[in-house]
Amino acid sequence: MHYHWNWGIFWQQSPDGDGTYLHTLFVGLGWTLALALLAWAIALALGMVVGVLRTTPSKWLERLGYAYVELFRNIPLLVQMFLWYFVMPELVPKGLGDWIKQMPPPWGAFVPAVLCLGTFTSARVAEQVRAGINSLPRGQRMAGTALGLTLPQTYRYVLLPMALRIIVPPLGSEFLNIIKNSAVALTINVVELTARARAMQEYSFQVFEAFTAATLIYLLVNLVVVLLMRYLERKVAVPGYIGTAGSTPAAGH
Amino acid sequence: MSGAFDFDVIARTWRYLFFDGMAFTLRLTLFAMAGGIFFGTLLAMMRLSSIKPLAWIAGTYVNTLRSIPLVLVIFWFYFLVPYIGAWLVRSDTPIHVGAFASSLLTFVMFEACYYCEIMRAGIQSIPRGQVWAGYALGLNYWQSMGHVVLPQAFRNMLPVLLTQTIVLFQDVSLVYVLSITDFVGAASKVAERDGRLVEMYSFVAVVYFVACFALSQFVRRLQARIAIVR
Repeated sequence: MHYHWNWGIFWQQSPDGDGTYLHTLFVGLGWTLALALLAWAIALALGMVVGVLRTTPSKWLERLGYAYVELFRNIPLLVQMFLWYFVMPELVPKGLGDWIKQMPPPWGAFVPAVLCLGTFTSARVAEQVRAGINSLPRGQRMAGTALGLTLPQTYRYVLLPMALRIIVPPLGSEFLNIIKNSAVALTINVVELTARARAMQEYSFQVFEAFTAATLIYLLVNLVVVLLMRYLERKVAVPGYIGTAGSTPAAGH
Repeated sequence: MSGAFDFDVIARTWRYLFFDGMAFTLRLTLFAMAGGIFFGTLLAMMRLSSIKPLAWIAGTYVNTLRSIPLVLVIFWFYFLVPYIGAWLVRSDTPIHVGAFASSLLTFVMFEACYYCEIMRAGIQSIPRGQVWAGYALGLNYWQSMGHVVLPQAFRNMLPVLLTQTIVLFQDVSLVYVLSITDFVGAASKVAERDGRLVEMYSFVAVVYFVACFALSQFVRRLQARIAIVR
């Protein structure tokens, strides 16, 4: 078997006219990070709301939260991408649908990808928020009531500040997941890092150099996030708490 | 979008979707689960081994694969497997490997990392005294693992292993990036041919939802039943 290694390929011009191959990979990384960060904002906001719903005393709100989580958890991310990209514009009112379809190239795929990744991850964040709130002693909720706080006040001033600090470590791994999951957006033509590596392989035939570079970039990003999370975890750790809400391993990635 | 929801396209193509597409998806899921749990358990034993180089190799492998996207891993193996095959049979040209074999190897090697972490937690959940008791009875490493530790670890972790398999079942849809006819691949071929994207992808979503929801309910019930009372 003969494979012609050529590590100099990264400094050659890529045919998309964007500069060197190395440069296109880093532009891809930029899209990956933009996608992951925007989706993360949606995931945190929605996940917090749904997670709270699942712990409220109201049976109907609890069921609503449960339905939301199960809906997003039981459909593959790829299929959800297709639903947002191909199906959603057809189901919304015609004017809005046409507007979505006519968005100029990167945005037409990028916006559905952000929405998809955000809602998909929000279901997982919601489970962490629920676990965090449920890990608190029951007495805290009762104490809130005894002090005359309303239910929203109890959440705002008693339960959430504690729960959110407890679930910082599992949220960190969810953030790592959202970076990895953003690669699925290449199926709807978002040219993020993995798609750029694939394109580089197609143009230059240097398969293993392209994928090695992408792998190293992902590992580097991973390392940076892990270090930042470790710092954040130390900052917000609740004194006296050792474990975290989700200390038993959960399936998934 | 022309006209209303067209159920007919599903009626016309369901045989193809299930007997070609879903059959591939299920076969790949089951074989990858078996292989993944087998290699995952071996990796977990390596990670917990007192032989440092073994623990280091397994740890690096698992952590690396867990840090990169599955899509990238699928591409890696798709291009790597023909070269590995050529090296194994000492051929000069990369050998041709079928879609099923290639994706099976990918998912076994990838999911093994996730099964490994589950099994590692399972093995660590067994009190250390039990291993010592095994050694005291004259069992060697493999005997005390095989007869004492692993059976209990599997039992404790069965619900998580099955939940990971549901994740695997969903992940298999990503072979779509290699244009393989799995369930999603079959549906997308029909969708493009007949211009029925809305119908096909909604149908696929419903099928996955029903299957995964039913399975996760089953796992939940199983979890309650097999919990060991201590």
